[in-house]
Amino acid sequence: MTTSAEVHFVRSQFSEPSPPPMRTSGIVHWLRENLFSSVLNSVVTLLIVFGLYKIIPGLVDTLIINAVWVANDSKACVADVVGHPVGVCWGFVAAHWDYFVFGQYPETMRWRPELFFALEVIGLAWLLVQRIPRKDLGMIYFFIVFPIVSYCLLSGSETLGLPIVQTHYWGGFLVSIVIGTVGIVISVPLGIILALGRRSHMPVARSSSVVVIEFIRGVPLITVLFMANVMFPLFVPEGWRPDSLLRVLVGVALFFSAYMAETVRGGLQAIPRGQYEAAQALGLGYWQMMIKIILPQALKIVIPGIVNNFIGLLKDTTLVAIVNIFDFLKVIEASLNDPVWRTSGMPFAGYLFAAIVYFILCYGMARYSMSVERRLATDNRH
Amino acid sequence: MSVVNGGRPSEAKVVFYNDPRIRSLFFQLVLLALIVALFWFAYDNTVANLKKRNIAQGFGFWNVEAGFDISQTLISYSAASSYGRAFWVGLLNTLLVSGVSIVLATILGVVIGILRLSKNWLIAKLATVYVEIFRNVPLLLILYFWYRGVLGLLPEPKNSIIFPGHILLNTRGLLTPRPVLGDDFIYPFVAFVVMVLIAIGLSVRAKRVQESTGVRPKTGWLSFGLIVLVPSVIFILIGAPLSFDIPVQGRFNASGGMSLAPEFVSMVIGLTTYTAAFIAENVRAGILAISKGQTEAAQSLGLSHAQSIRLVIMPQALRVIVPLLNSEYLSLTKNSSLGVSIGYPDLVSVFTGTVLNQTGQAVEMVSVTMLVYLTLSLLTSGFMNWFNRRVALVER
Repeated sequence: MTTSAEVHFVRSQFSEPSPPPMRTSGIVHWLRENLFSSVLNSVVTLLIVFGLYKIIPGLVDTLIINAVWVANDSKACVADVVGHPVGVCWGFVAAHWDYFVFGQYPETMRWRPELFFALEVIGLAWLLVQRIPRKDLGMIYFFIVFPIVSYCLLSGSETLGLPIVQTHYWGGFLVSIVIGTVGIVISVPLGIILALGRRSHMPVARSSSVVVIEFIRGVPLITVLFMANVMFPLFVPEGWRPDSLLRVLVGVALFFSAYMAETVRGGLQAIPRGQYEAAQALGLGYWQMMIKIILPQALKIVIPGIVNNFIGLLKDTTLVAIVNIFDFLKVIEASLNDPVWRTSGMPFAGYLFAAIVYFILCYGMARYSMSVERRLATDNRH
Repeated sequence: MSVVNGGRPSEAKVVFYNDPRIRSLFFQLVLLALIVALFWFAYDNTVANLKKRNIAQGFGFWNVEAGFDISQTLISYSAASSYGRAFWVGLLNTLLVSGVSIVLATILGVVIGILRLSKNWLIAKLATVYVEIFRNVPLLLILYFWYRGVLGLLPEPKNSIIFPGHILLNTRGLLTPRPVLGDDFIYPFVAFVVMVLIAIGLSVRAKRVQESTGVRPKTGWLSFGLIVLVPSVIFILIGAPLSFDIPVQGRFNASGGMSLAPEFVSMVIGLTTYTAAFIAENVRAGILAISKGQTEAAQSLGLSHAQSIRLVIMPQALRVIVPLLNSEYLSLTKNSSLGVSIGYPDLVSVFTGTVLNQTGQAVEMVSVTMLVYLTLSLLTSGFMNWFNRRVALVER
C-alpha cells in the first residue's frame, strides 16, 4: 500500500487561474472574425461600409421616397413639372398593370386567365411540395388534365359556351406563363423519351436521339425560334397556316426537350445496374421496368436539375419578343413606346419592374431546387 | 423449363413476334419509316410552298449585291458588297463580341468567385448578391437595361461626358484616342516579340534546371526587364514614333478617334456581367471541391499561401472548373445572338434578319446560321477539351 509519504509532491494550494480564452461567441467575436481579421480586412470593411453609407440612402430615395406611385402620363414623373426631384416612376407600372398581366385579353373574360393561374399554382404545388400526397395523381393532373382544361379555358370552346379568344389578343405575363407551362409540359415527357432513346441499344433510336439532342444544344434558341417562325409554315401544307404563338410554342418545347433529355439522362445514369437487373429478374418488360422501377427513382434525383432547366426556360421565354410575340417584356416595351409615356427615365422603371418580377420567380425556384438538393443529400447518407 | 444435355437451358421456343431481336428490328424499321416520312412530308411541302410563293432556291444570292449598310464592320463593306460579304461581316461581329466578352467574363467571374469565398463577411455577401441578381434575371432584360435604361440616358455629343485621357462618352458610344503608328514603330515591336521569345526560352531553361537540381533560377525580374525595358528604350531612342488621333467633341457628332458603338458596348457589358455570375459559381464550386487537407498538406510542406494556391489548389480546381467553363463559353457564344434585339449587327441580325427579309429564302438563311453556330460550338468544345486534357489528372 502506498502512503502519503511516498508521494513526492502534492500541490497544497490552487494555482493562479489562467486568463479566460478570447471570446469564441457573441457579436464581438463574430465581428473580429468576419470583418476585422487583419489590417487589410479592416480597411476593406470600412471602405465598403462607407460606400454603402453613400449609396443606400440615395437608392432608398430613388426607389421609394421620391418615387412617383400614381401617374396618368409621363408628366407626373418629370421633375420640372412636379417641382421636386423624382425617383422611379412606379406610376407607369401601376397604370399599365392589367396590360402587363393580360395583354389585350378581353376585359370581361379576364376571369379565365385568372383561373388558369390558379390551376397552374395548384398543379405546381402538388408536384413540388413534398408534404402533399399522391404525386402520381399530381402528374396526371399537371401533364394531362391541366393542359386540356387550360386550352379550353384560354382559347375558348363553343361547346362549353366560352367565346373564342384569338391568340393575338393574349399578352403580357399570361403569355410568358403559357409558354413556360407548355415548355415544361411537353419538354419533360419528350425529354424522357429522348433520354431513353439515347441510352437504348437500338442503333436507329440511339443515333436519331443523339443527333436531335446535340443539334438543338449546339444552336441558339433564337435560331430555333426563327426556324419555327419562318420555316415551320413552309413544312406543312399551305392550308394549315399555324398560329404564330403555336409556332413559337413548338420551337420552345423542342428546344427545351433536348436540355431536359440531358438532365434526365444524368438521372438514368445514376441508377445502379442492380436496379435494372432486379427488374429484369422479376420478369418485367422494358416499359414496365422503366415506368415502375427506373424512372421514379431517376426523376426523383433530377428534380433540382429539372427546376434549374425551368428557370432557364422562364428566362428564355423573353426571347419570343424578338419574333414579335407580346410576352411580359414585349408589352413593357410597347408601353414604353407609347407617346404619352415617353421620357428618358421611363425605361429604367419598366425594366426594373420586369427584373424584380423575374428575379422573384427565378430566385424562388432556385431556393426550392437547393432545398431539394439538400434533402436528397441527406437521404443518401446511410 | 426443359433442361437438356449439360444442364444448360435450351433455347426456349418463342413465337417470332416475341423474339427480342425481331422486335427490336421491327421497332427500328417503324422508327426509321416515321423519320423518313416526316422528312419527306416537310421536304415535299417546302418545295410546293416555295414554288407557289415564287421564292428562289439555292445559294445564287450569295454573290448578289446586298444594298444595305451595316453599322459596324471589321472588314471593308458597303451597300454595293455582296450578301456573301455581309455574311462574313456578321460572323466576324459575332466572333468579336463573343471573344471580348469571354475574356472579360472569365476575369470578372474568377474574381467574383474568389471573392465569394472571402473571409470578409461583407465582401462575400456583396459577391453573393451580385451572383444571385445576375443569375436570376433574363439576359435579354439585362441587355435592354444597359442599352436603353443606362446608355439611353447618356448625353448628346455636344454634352459628352469626358473621362481623363480624352475618352468621350455620349449617345454615339464610347470614343477613345486612336493610336497612329509611325513607320519606325516596327523596330520596338520586333524587339518586343524577340524579347518575349527569349523570356519563354529562359523559363523553359529554368524549368529544366529545376528538374535536374531542384533549385529554380530566378527569372522573373530579368524577363520583366527584357520584355518591358528593352522595347521601351528602343522606342524612346528612335523618337517615339506613335501619336494619338484624339476624338473631338462636335455639335451633333464627335469626330476622330476610335469609337465603340453603343450596341457593342451594351452587348459586351451585358454578356460579361451575366456570364460572369455563372462563371463565378463554377469557380467557387471548383475551389470548394478541393479538400482542406490539400491546403494543410501544402502548408506543412512549407509552401507560402500564394504558392499553395498556385501550385496545389488551382491545378486541381481547374479540373473541375474547365469542363464547366466550356459550357459557359458555349452558351455565351450562343447568347451573343441576342444582339439582334438591340440592333448589334451580329450574324443572326445581319443574315437571319436583314438578308432573310430581302431575299425571303428562309430555309437557306436559317440553315446556314445554324450550321455556323454548330461549327462554333464544336470548335469551342474541341479547344476546351484539348485544354481539359492538359489539366486533367494524369493517371500513372
